[in-house]
Amino acid sequence: MQIYAVSDITTYLRELLESDLHLADLWVSGEVSNLVRSTAGHLYFTLKDESSQLRCVFFRRPIMGEPLENGQQVVAHGRISLYETRGDLQFYVDFVQPEGIGALQMELERLKAQLQEEGLFEEARKRPLPRFPRRIGVATSPTGAVFHDICQILARRWPLVEVVLAPTAVQGPEAASGLIHALVALNDEPGVDVIIAARGGGSVEELWAFNAEAVARAIYASGVPVVSGVGHETDYTIADFVADVRAPTPSAAAELAVPDRMEVLVRLGVLAATMAGEVKGLLDEGRAEVQATVVRLERTTPDLAGRRLRVDELTRAGTSAIESCLRSLRQGVQGFALQLRSLDPQATLGRGYALVQRDGHAVTSVREVTVGERLGVRVSDGEFPVRVETAGRGRRGRARRGERQRPQQAPLFR
Amino acid sequence: MAAKKQQESFEELYRRLEETVARLEQGGLPLEESLALYEEGMALARRCQALLDAAELKITRLREAVVEAGAPERPPPAESEEAEPL
Repeated sequence: MQIYAVSDITTYLRELLESDLHLADLWVSGEVSNLVRSTAGHLYFTLKDESSQLRCVFFRRPIMGEPLENGQQVVAHGRISLYETRGDLQFYVDFVQPEGIGALQMELERLKAQLQEEGLFEEARKRPLPRFPRRIGVATSPTGAVFHDICQILARRWPLVEVVLAPTAVQGPEAASGLIHALVALNDEPGVDVIIAARGGGSVEELWAFNAEAVARAIYASGVPVVSGVGHETDYTIADFVADVRAPTPSAAAELAVPDRMEVLVRLGVLAATMAGEVKGLLDEGRAEVQATVVRLERTTPDLAGRRLRVDELTRAGTSAIESCLRSLRQGVQGFALQLRSLDPQATLGRGYALVQRDGHAVTSVREVTVGERLGVRVSDGEFPVRVETAGRGRRGRARRGERQRPQQAPLFR
Repeated sequence: MAAKKQQESFEELYRRLEETVARLEQGGLPLEESLALYEEGMALARRCQALLDAAELKITRLREAVVEAGAPERPPPAESEEAEPL
């Protein structure tokens, strides 16, 4: 016989409960009663049905969902264990929702809440898509219209891009693992810069693979940004929340992944025109500046006309000077000539004067002359003899003075 | 003599011309010297005018070259290559 301590028993029971797989991941429906909220924010309540009840604790977490009320019919998810301190069987709840929603949907909501809490949906971690992708990986079914539509749209919009298909089932039991393998393969494929995970429209069950937890984690783990294009516009799967970009449809995913060739060409045209305009503007400015400088240059043209005028003036002045020099010389010469002419004895004779001579020498004084002597008289056109008849009358005073000052006359006629 | 001619600037020639005329205007020089001065002066004036003529011709040519280069009807070839549409 073995005697055990109480804690041995409680520990044993707890471990027994926790080792049961069913009890570790349980959905339970029941009515809420005895709802208590602790000061720390934890919820304590009882789930009951007609015959039994179960103590529950819902520890405070960031996402609690809608507030619970006593009397509410709910479905709760969690695990069963033993609270050793009090020896109570407890249902540790991690998710509660009012009853009335489908089981699948509930599971979906639960998973969504859990992954959101883990941060898989964080906006901050979503990566921007490359502006001009070179290789696009597509994880989708190789048959059906989806892949064909995607390829067509990519070819139309951005024919430069290469498409790599990672074929996978997109519904049924193989779909989830297929998608995961496809994502891994595309990440390993060199040069893939965007991944499109897509499938066409369908029911919730058909889209179910895109709600799988493992698929969500694979999308999260993808090093290459993922665009989800699942079903129709109103279909939202967990993959859509985890993806870096959610597109409403597979075709929309293709359009989001690449730029539009025509838009880019137009933009290039605009940029080229702007550049050309700028360059032309610069050239025109440059030209205008050069022109303005040319105008200034023109104004600095050396004053040729002024210089010419001055040279002309000097030329005239020089010519005047030499001419006046010549004129004065000529006047001087002419003056002398006139003087000479007036001194010419022949001119004197022509003026009526006569030259009285004795043996060729001129007689200039009255006292030289004796009465009765023969003298010669020369006039302008010849000479004739004369005899002195009477004594001449002279001017005495004057004559005496004149005697002394009488210039020597050289013989005029030879 | 020819080499000396090329080195002399307009200002130099003009200065000499001024001096020559000033001496002629002063007067009192012997005839031969006056004539020699006058001949020199006229030669200087001729050379001045020749320099002015050459300067005027050069300016005209330079102006024409600029006007030709700036004419909008004939853009330089490099420009038209850049403006080709895509």
